[in-house]
Amino acid sequence: MELLLGFLTGLIWGYIFQRARILRFEKHIGLLTLKDFDILKFLLTGVIVGSLGVNLLAQFGLVTYAVKPTYVLANLLGGIIYGLGWALLGYCPGTTGGALAEGAFDGFFGILGGLFGAIVFAHTYDFWKAKVLTVGALGKVTIPSLLGVSPALAGIVFSLMLLGFCLFLEKKGL
Amino acid sequence: MRNGWSPYLGGFLTGVLLIVSVLVTQKFLGKPKYLGTSTAYVRVAGLIEEKLSPAASRLSYYQKYVPRVDWKVSLVFVGVPLGALLAALKNGEFRPHLIPPRWKESFGERPALRALTAFLGGFLIVYGARLAGGCPSGHGLSGMSQLSLSGFLTVMGFFIGGIPLALILYRRRK
Repeated sequence: MELLLGFLTGLIWGYIFQRARILRFEKHIGLLTLKDFDILKFLLTGVIVGSLGVNLLAQFGLVTYAVKPTYVLANLLGGIIYGLGWALLGYCPGTTGGALAEGAFDGFFGILGGLFGAIVFAHTYDFWKAKVLTVGALGKVTIPSLLGVSPALAGIVFSLMLLGFCLFLEKKGL
Repeated sequence: MRNGWSPYLGGFLTGVLLIVSVLVTQKFLGKPKYLGTSTAYVRVAGLIEEKLSPAASRLSYYQKYVPRVDWKVSLVFVGVPLGALLAALKNGEFRPHLIPPRWKESFGERPALRALTAFLGGFLIVYGARLAGGCPSGHGLSGMSQLSLSGFLTVMGFFIGGIPLALILYRRRK
């Protein structure tokens, strides 16, 4: 059941990725060189819908959260390392396999590198855990918990802000 | 747009997929599964290491993420590529190539250079994502949808690392 659900979810997602051009190298590099914002529009629209849906459904007790804990230094440092790799590869972990399936054979080397990266991380995890994951370890905090407001309300406000940002991008012709 | 979807449509469908997936996994697997991809690399890396050196499977990181074929492995390494392949074939967009055209514009026709940078990029995105605790799906889509602080910090890191390097790398066009 677990594998079937994962497979079906991936199948639909891969189809969406390909149709919306999210697998393309030039789209990723276009975003990082601030020329083409399609990937950002894709992500933010997903977050608009996701944030409304998840926070409202949670309000009615239909879903539970799975918030990742905050480690300020590790989040930022890991994010920056990721960003450097992103500029080199031009795909992301979820889309590399899809890019390969679309014919981008450089994705194969990206996946090999990714598996090697995971192996090396497993061997260096104890170092990071001792030195870096201790800095700014705030636990599973969310913006609404920090502000002391209801998640449903925060979800609605945040979605509206992102919607405004997308309208701004369109207005500027970006 | 006859061929290809708007990023807003793709993003909207991805947000719906996230919500449906959380609802369905909560119902059938007892625990909500939020979309994410980089852990899949760790599971597969662990399976590879088990074959090569059984001692490695004692690493604390593989105790945390036990090597096995799980929901995410099925999603990332089977579902997404197959979905993308179907979409590409159906729309006549399966185009085999090693070097993305946009890469060629800056670096020319050098297959070994592209394979090497793709490998290095893949290494860094997975290494960085594991340090940060997630990638654009786990921290970006799922994390920001839950308004989790770690999601916002990590996504900020992606761009702090990615934009300057991309601006330098792809500045020159041949």
